[in-house]
Amino acid sequence: MLENYLPVMVLIGIAFAFAIGSVVMSRLIGQKKPSAVKLAPYECGMPLLSSVQERFSIKFYIVAMLFILFDIEAVFLYPWAIMFKRLGIFGFIEMGVFIVILLVGFIYVWKKGALEWEE
Amino acid sequence: MTPEVLTLSNSPLLFTAAMLAKILVAFTVTILIVAYATWVERKVIGRMQTRMGPTMTGPKGLLQPIADGLKLFFKEDIIPAEAHTFAFILAPMMILAPAFISIAVIPFGGDIQYTYDGVTYLIPLQVTDLNIGILFILAMAGLGVYGIVLAGLASNSKYSLLGGIRSTAQMISYELAAGLSIVAIFMLSESLSLRDIVAAQQGPLWGLEALSFLPNWYVFTQPLAFGLFVISGMAEINRTPFDLPEAETELVSGFCTEYSSMKYALFFMAEYANMVTVSAIGATLFLGGWAGPFYSPINFLIKVFAAMFFMIWIRATFPRFRYDQLMTLGWKILLPLALANIVFTGVAVILWQ
Amino acid sequence: MEAILFYLTALVAVVAAFFVTKCRNPVNSALCLVTNFICLAVFYVMLEAPFMAAIQIMVYAGAIMVLIVFVIMLLNLGTAVKSRYTHGLAAGGVLSVLMLLVATVFLGKGSATATGGEVTSELIQSYGHTELIGRAMFTDFLLPFEIASILLLVAIIGAVVLSKRKV
Repeated sequence: MLENYLPVMVLIGIAFAFAIGSVVMSRLIGQKKPSAVKLAPYECGMPLLSSVQERFSIKFYIVAMLFILFDIEAVFLYPWAIMFKRLGIFGFIEMGVFIVILLVGFIYVWKKGALEWEE
Repeated sequence: MTPEVLTLSNSPLLFTAAMLAKILVAFTVTILIVAYATWVERKVIGRMQTRMGPTMTGPKGLLQPIADGLKLFFKEDIIPAEAHTFAFILAPMMILAPAFISIAVIPFGGDIQYTYDGVTYLIPLQVTDLNIGILFILAMAGLGVYGIVLAGLASNSKYSLLGGIRSTAQMISYELAAGLSIVAIFMLSESLSLRDIVAAQQGPLWGLEALSFLPNWYVFTQPLAFGLFVISGMAEINRTPFDLPEAETELVSGFCTEYSSMKYALFFMAEYANMVTVSAIGATLFLGGWAGPFYSPINFLIKVFAAMFFMIWIRATFPRFRYDQLMTLGWKILLPLALANIVFTGVAVILWQ
Repeated sequence: MEAILFYLTALVAVVAAFFVTKCRNPVNSALCLVTNFICLAVFYVMLEAPFMAAIQIMVYAGAIMVLIVFVIMLLNLGTAVKSRYTHGLAAGGVLSVLMLLVATVFLGKGSATATGGEVTSELIQSYGHTELIGRAMFTDFLLPFEIASILLLVAIIGAVVLSKRKV
C-alpha cells in the first residue's frame, strides 16, 4: 500500500525543491535596493489612502459555506458512483432520495436569492 | 512466461530506478511544455490577431521563454513591508507544487516490458497508480486554492485581497461543478483509478461491433459531462474567459499584484502547469488516455496539445465574463446540469442492463 | 521505516496543533492548522484508508480552511492580536494530562487491539478502500447516510438564514 505513495512523496520533494530553489536563486542573484516607497503596498502610484480595513460582501462567505455543504454531497457521490452498477436499482433509489433532499435545499437557496450577485 | 507487474517487493532496485526515471521524465516534460506553452500561446494569439508574436530572440523567437525566465531571475525580489513574510513566500509554492504533484497519477502511456535478471517485468508508464486516482487530483486542486487565498491574505494590499477572495470564490464554485461533472464517468468505469478508466475506454463504442469505427471514449458516451468539464476546468484554472482574478482593468493583477521576480514567475508557471494538468486529466477521462494509432506516449501528448491549443484559441476568441455572470453560470447552470447528468446516466445504465 | 515515518508525522502534527493555539497571528494559526490536516491525511494513508486521506484534504484543507480564512478576512483579523490570552490554560493542561493518562492505561492493557474486524489489509488491497466504504454505506449504514442528507439540508438552510438580512 505504502509503496504506491512513495513516488508521490518523491514528487512532492522534487516539486517543492524546484519552487524553493528558484526563489532562493532569484533572491541571491537579483538586485536588492529596497526603499520605503518600493516596499509600500501598491495603490496605482498614489500614496496609501487607508490600510486594508475593507469589509467584504457576506456573499463570499455564503459561497464558501455552500461549497463545503455541496462538496460533502460530492464526497458521498464518489463511493456510490463506483459501486453503482454493483448496487443496482436499489442503490440508485437510495441516492435519488439523497439528491432530492439536497435539491430541496438548493432550490431554497436559489429562491432566497443567495446566489444572486447583481444587486 | 507471462510478465509480472513490477512492484517494490519483487525487484526493489529496478522499482526504484524505474520510479525515479518516470518521475524525472514526467517532471521535465511538464516543465518543458510549460515553458514552450507560453511561446506557443504568444505565437498563436499573434497569428489570430494578424501579428507575428515573438520573433527577435532566436529563430522564430524560440528562445523567448528562456530569455523571460532569465530576466525574471535577475529582477529584484520585493517583499512588501506590511506583508506577512512567511506566508508571502509560501503562497506561490503552494500554488505551483500541487499542479506538478497532480501529474503523478496520470498514465501517460501503456505498459512497457523490460527483462531484468531473466525475469520480464511489466512497467506501467505512470508515476504511480493510486486506487483513489482522481480524488488525489481533486485534493491537490483544493490545496491549490489555498495557495491563492494565502497570496491574497499575506500581501496586505487591497488589490491582492480583493483578487484573492474573488478567485477563491470562483475556484471553489467551479471545483464543485468539475467534481460533480466527472461523477458520471465513475458510474461507467466503476473505478477511481485513472489506469482502470483508460482501460475501460478501449475497444469499440459500447462494445458494439457495428460502431467499431468509433472508439469507446467517454466523450461520445458522456458528451454533456465533457462539456461541463471543459468549462469548469477552464474556470478552475483561471483561463480566459474566466480570468477574473487577473482582470487588469479592475484589479491590477489580482492576488499576484505585490509579487515580483521569480515568485511572480512561479504564479505564471503554475497557471500553465495547471493548464497541462487539466488537459491531461481531460484527455485521460474523456479522450481515451494514451490510446491511438501511434506510440502510446505520443498519442497522449497529441491529445494534451490539442486540448491546450483549444484553450489558447478560446482565449483569442472570447471576452471576459462579468463576475455575476460567472457565479450564475457556475451555480445556476453547471451545477444543476451536472446533477441532472448523473441522474440521467443512472437511469440509462439501469435500462441498459 | 514505517515507524520512523509515523513518529515524524506525529511530531509535526503535535507541534502544528500546539502552534495553532499558540500563534498570535491568525494567518500563522491557519497555516499550522493546514499542516495538521495534511499530517492526518498521511496517517490515513498509513492506515490503508486512502479514501479518507483524500477526503481529509478535499474537505478540511480545501473547503473548511477556505471558510476559516474567509472569516479571518471578513473580520479583519489579518493583523496580529496584541493581548495575550491565558484563560483556560490550567483546564487545558489538566485535560491533556488526563488524556495522556487514559491513553497510557488503555494501551498498557493491550486488549483494545486484540480483536480485529472483518475488513483486513488483504481485503482492502484486493477490493479497494473506496469500494468497501461504498458497499458499507449503501447496505448496512443506509439510514445514517439518508439522515446525513437531512443534516446537510438543515445546514444549507441555516447558512442562508444566518447570512441573509431579509429572509
